[in-house]
Amino acid sequence: MSGLAYFPGCSLKDDAKRYEDAALFVMERLGAPLEELPKWTCCGTVYSLADDDLMHHVASVRNLVRTQETGADELVTLCAMCFNTLSRVAERVGADEEERTKINAFMDREPDYEGGIRVRHLLQVLRDTVGWESLSAATVRPLDGVNVAAYYGCTLVRPKEIGIDDSERPIVMADVVEAVGATPVAFPFEAECCGTYQIVDEPHLALEQSSRILRSALRAGADVVATACPLCQHNLERAAETLGADAEGIHVVYFTELLAAALGADEARLTPVVRALVAQAATAEGGA
Amino acid sequence: MADEKLTRIYIMGKAYDVPVGVTIMDAMEYAGYRFIRGAGCRSGFCGACGTVYRKAGEYRLEFVLACQEMVEEGMHLTQLPFTPAPRADYALDDLDPSENVLLQHYPEIARCVSCNTCTKACPQEIEVMDYVQAALRGDVARVAELSFDCIACGLCAMRCPADIKHYHVAQMARRLHSVAGSPTPEHLGARMNELDAGAFDDELDGLASMTLDELKAKYAQRVIEKAQEPATEEVAT
Repeated sequence: MSGLAYFPGCSLKDDAKRYEDAALFVMERLGAPLEELPKWTCCGTVYSLADDDLMHHVASVRNLVRTQETGADELVTLCAMCFNTLSRVAERVGADEEERTKINAFMDREPDYEGGIRVRHLLQVLRDTVGWESLSAATVRPLDGVNVAAYYGCTLVRPKEIGIDDSERPIVMADVVEAVGATPVAFPFEAECCGTYQIVDEPHLALEQSSRILRSALRAGADVVATACPLCQHNLERAAETLGADAEGIHVVYFTELLAAALGADEARLTPVVRALVAQAATAEGGA
Repeated sequence: MADEKLTRIYIMGKAYDVPVGVTIMDAMEYAGYRFIRGAGCRSGFCGACGTVYRKAGEYRLEFVLACQEMVEEGMHLTQLPFTPAPRADYALDDLDPSENVLLQHYPEIARCVSCNTCTKACPQEIEVMDYVQAALRGDVARVAELSFDCIACGLCAMRCPADIKHYHVAQMARRLHSVAGSPTPEHLGARMNELDAGAFDDELDGLASMTLDELKAKYAQRVIEKAQEPATEEVAT
């Protein structure tokens, strides 16, 4: 495998296709292409907190085995939920030989998981492997004057053992958008929960929570909220629809969409929202 | 037959000595079973003779087709000729391919925990779990491709802890794929036109008007095509 071993997850092939498309473009541009695992299953979706519920970690472990088979020792993810589940299982099963033995025994005639695969989110790769300088150098369409509220939600930063940054005051995504010319705006709801799966059974709970996040970003002067999770994205978009005129002027996009625009993605491949932000940046640059 | 070599197997718990080197199906018939269900093509294609066995001293249950697997000493076996698994009701033309129609019609696929038990139960060595996972994310083409060799024996569905009806999901995917994802073969179109033009109507009417005896006589006199000689390679001179 020449690129970085990459685990998409189910949403990235469906609702969140544009999150993935933009990420693939960006990493290709940065010379560190993402290479999708030849075979993968659901990440496991939710990390099981029960001590003895090893069965529900099998899905994650099997993806770690698929990673092992490519010869890679790291697995890159985009979806915050997949990141959370996979990295917690990798930590737990990697550190506990007895649990690993049990899971391997259950998988029986399949290859064993040997441990040692590290799961990383793309934001970590950009920070620790690519670096801000390379990201800035690759920027051909800087997002000058675009105010971005970087929204992390829960699963990227908690629990802190696997968090990609400080679990209360993360800065990595703000640094990413700053590297491509945008202006990060601080807002206090950056690591609050979006309401997650409550959107299915108790939508008003999730919408209330997500609306609070949007209003906070608006008050901080954001033009756009950047997300790293298909579920957060969905809930915030729904909240923006619900707020109607009250949320006017604020948009919700995946952080990779902003990067793809800055790194020169074909305008036709950008959503109307991102195209408008690019136009706004061009005006700001012209006026400066 | 007196000096025939025999081996001991257990059919539904009862011991039988059966000839070495025969299939499970032949061995069961040798032991006196007569198949009314659970036998079809006897060639590994129809999926009617799904069978499970354990061998003495083995903890694993094995999954095979009775017509394909040879008996082995110490097999404890039974047939599972039918899987109760109702199929979803749908009309292909009415489906919206932009939606994940597999998930809509078989929502239980979302219960898959990737245990891979289905794959291990497949006598066709299909990567069943992988196609269920592809179905979950709406990748119809991949489901169709991975499940192509499915003979619908139903052992996967019998074994699944999440109660998924894998082979019905796969069949739906192949149907969707055949409509939207693969080209219509030319000869099929030509034959459909012939049918529409009534090319075979007289012949069918003729058969339909025959008595049972006339039909039997016609069947007995049918011409069976000879197998073609294998093509010989042309040698350049």
